Amino acid sequence: MSMWALWIAGAAVSAPALADTLRISGEAVHTVSGEVIEDGAVLVVDGVIAAVGPTADVPRPAGATELAGAVVTPGLIDGWATAGLTGPHNHTPDQDHAERDEPVRPELRALDAWHPRDPLLGWLRGFGITTVHAGPSPGQPVSGRTLIVANKVGRVGDVALEPDAFVVLSLGDGPKHRFSGQGTASRMGSAAVIRQALVEARDYAQRRSLPVADRPPEDLGMEALVDLLEGRRRALVHAHRADDLDTALRIAEEFDLDIVLAGGAEAWLMADTIADAGIPVLVGPVMARSWREGEQRNSSFSCAGVLADAGVQVGFMSGYEGYVPKVRVVLWEAAVAGANGLGPERTLQALTLDAARILGIDDRTGSLDVGKRADLVVYDGDPFEYASHACVVVVGGEVVSESCR
Amino acid sequence: MNAGLWLLSVALAEPVAFVGATLHPVDRPAIEDGVLVVDNGKIVALSQTVPDGMRTVDLTGKHIIPGLVDTHSHIGGARLNDDLAPIQPGLSAIDAFDPTHDSVSRARAGGITTVNVMPGSGKLMGGQTAYLKLRDSAVVDDLLMCSDLAAPFEQSEGPARRTGVCGGMKMANGTNPQGPGHDPKSRMGAAYLQRKALGEGQDRLEQLSSGDGPDAPALDLDALAQLVSGQRTVHFHTHRADDIVTIAALRREFDLDVVLHHVSEAWKVPDLLAELQLPCSLIMVDAPGGKEEALQIALENGALLEEKGVPVAFHTDDPITDSRLFLRSAGLAVRAGMSPEGALAALTLVPARMMRLDAAVGSLTPGKHADFVVLSGTPLSSWTLVEQTWVEGELLFDRSTPEGQRLATGGRPGLQMSGVDGRTSSGAVQ
Repeated sequence: MSMWALWIAGAAVSAPALADTLRISGEAVHTVSGEVIEDGAVLVVDGVIAAVGPTADVPRPAGATELAGAVVTPGLIDGWATAGLTGPHNHTPDQDHAERDEPVRPELRALDAWHPRDPLLGWLRGFGITTVHAGPSPGQPVSGRTLIVANKVGRVGDVALEPDAFVVLSLGDGPKHRFSGQGTASRMGSAAVIRQALVEARDYAQRRSLPVADRPPEDLGMEALVDLLEGRRRALVHAHRADDLDTALRIAEEFDLDIVLAGGAEAWLMADTIADAGIPVLVGPVMARSWREGEQRNSSFSCAGVLADAGVQVGFMSGYEGYVPKVRVVLWEAAVAGANGLGPERTLQALTLDAARILGIDDRTGSLDVGKRADLVVYDGDPFEYASHACVVVVGGEVVSESCR
Repeated sequence: MNAGLWLLSVALAEPVAFVGATLHPVDRPAIEDGVLVVDNGKIVALSQTVPDGMRTVDLTGKHIIPGLVDTHSHIGGARLNDDLAPIQPGLSAIDAFDPTHDSVSRARAGGITTVNVMPGSGKLMGGQTAYLKLRDSAVVDDLLMCSDLAAPFEQSEGPARRTGVCGGMKMANGTNPQGPGHDPKSRMGAAYLQRKALGEGQDRLEQLSSGDGPDAPALDLDALAQLVSGQRTVHFHTHRADDIVTIAALRREFDLDVVLHHVSEAWKVPDLLAELQLPCSLIMVDAPGGKEEALQIALENGALLEEKGVPVAFHTDDPITDSRLFLRSAGLAVRAGMSPEGALAALTLVPARMMRLDAAVGSLTPGKHADFVVLSGTPLSSWTLVEQTWVEGELLFDRSTPEGQRLATGGRPGLQMSGVDGRTSSGAVQ
């Protein structure tokens, strides 16, 4: 379908008014899926990109809201955040990112704790983060399930892109600290707990196929793990140290799991292995407090660049923060990686289309292509420069921020 | 490090001209294609012509800024919160600083050459801070920047022994120094205990000033006396506006020399800060929250205080923010409206003044120490990398070496990179 035809179709649906029609132009429009368009424009109709191209080629419907700036990019994607589950206050009423009772809780769903009015989400929105992959924080060997969501206020069912996405697994220091009294005081323990849960799920699946009288009762957590074992769901595995990343690859191979690695402080030490395994990495934090002892002490600003050089698909994640700052801005995390080997084009791709591919939402967002959701950002300069601003942020066709932040 | 630079860094006797770079002296306008002449650890001249016959180092296309001055850091690998008492003025960060710790080398990788290493904010008065020049030595005394007590406001030249005032005093209010497990448990209790201690300092100062002074030194009281006499600067951790107002009262009552640190809610009391000309050393964090007092921190603090004429610096509070990214703090402040010139001064000359070290460091000025940073591009661009850090004419960080690359990007010594054997650039085993 041509751009024009799709625009006509969109306009027909929104015929009564053009309030939902935006025409956004920029000196440089980064579609990410294709070449940068100098003096380009994007037409948005009913929340969907209806046309993209050189300004002269993009229709200018009467009554459309016109917006313009120096640089236009797809909306940025936070590959794994706890913002939306954790508010800025470090008080119990504001914190819903983790259960602390048992090391295995796959029945948890981020959907049920999603707080779209969390001020931290507003903070991220102002800097162009339009899509958030929200999940329980790392630290539980087998934790709950994630939510991929548009970063705007609305009923979660309306704004979710994937209401029930990955199941979260964690290795390394987190489980050692959080569940040391329950069999995960060592790395051996965490791996064993994960394996045991998967074996039980496999057994559960078999017994669920027995005659009704012999079936075990339905178990929400086991159902989620069965989905994982049978390839209907993926695992997001948090690991920082190289040996923990290796454990993740080993468990994935043993159980034939489809996984995405997250964290990855030492992923740069085994970039070729990860590339060979064909597994993507959500890197974060880039600006780790790495001189302290612990699993991130060997992190590197160059990690994402080294991974990309090796052929690994890379995204960025803000993760969980227990102190100041309470949330990280992936735009700024990525900028540091960009200056340390990733470079501007790959950094933008990691924040947009590659993150979308990793999360399995690239059919809907991540690039400026006709038919995709209108998630985009207008900046007054190079998006990664400290002194540039995100001046317009559009989520699903709605202008959610119009002050230069 | 190429052979030329290596020779240079050990052959300090000969004057050298660094040519081709844009110089950002901070105390005067930038000089394009400038010439920076260094001799015997000092800056000798800034010009646009090379003196006849002088050896040159070509830095065409680079930018040179003064060595960065960090007013608030916790590098050196130490545990910096003791629990002896709410007021513990006799403690000193000097006794807990390891110059060979990797965090010190990393600070140099961020362009930091002068630093105020402080006790933590868990106490109302956590102890004495250490003013350090990040020279290449394993002996902390070689790093100290002290003012002579006999001539209290004259900075002594070069490495100094601990004969004078070699730092400030860390104080804190707000929630960090409050219980529940220890005193104080409220802001009332905090201010009371601080007043009481400073009053004891006044008594001690009177004793010391009278003809028949005390018989013996007293570690705590003598340090308190240095505060009320103005010999030792108070570095005061504070976030909320009402806590800032409390410090203004203490300053007036006891005639303290005070620098405010963090100052998250500075934007609520800009006129008070301007009227009192209270120096503010700001932290730049990427988001609000994480603790109640930081809920209303504003990236705009720097711009607002600059507009009001308040002296503004930034600090790392390493490990809260990374010393290697100190330039980034100024970059974010520019994003929020501060002038690039003011933001660069807030990393160099203004913090040097806050530590009363501006006669020696903080700008590229003839007569000052040859502490400077070679950058790959303009100072506050996110794409700019710190390529070299020079301390008193010695090249102590060089990103082009394997060790420099490791320090600049990450990784512990000896864990991962070929050519690294667990030693620092100075040869010390970690």
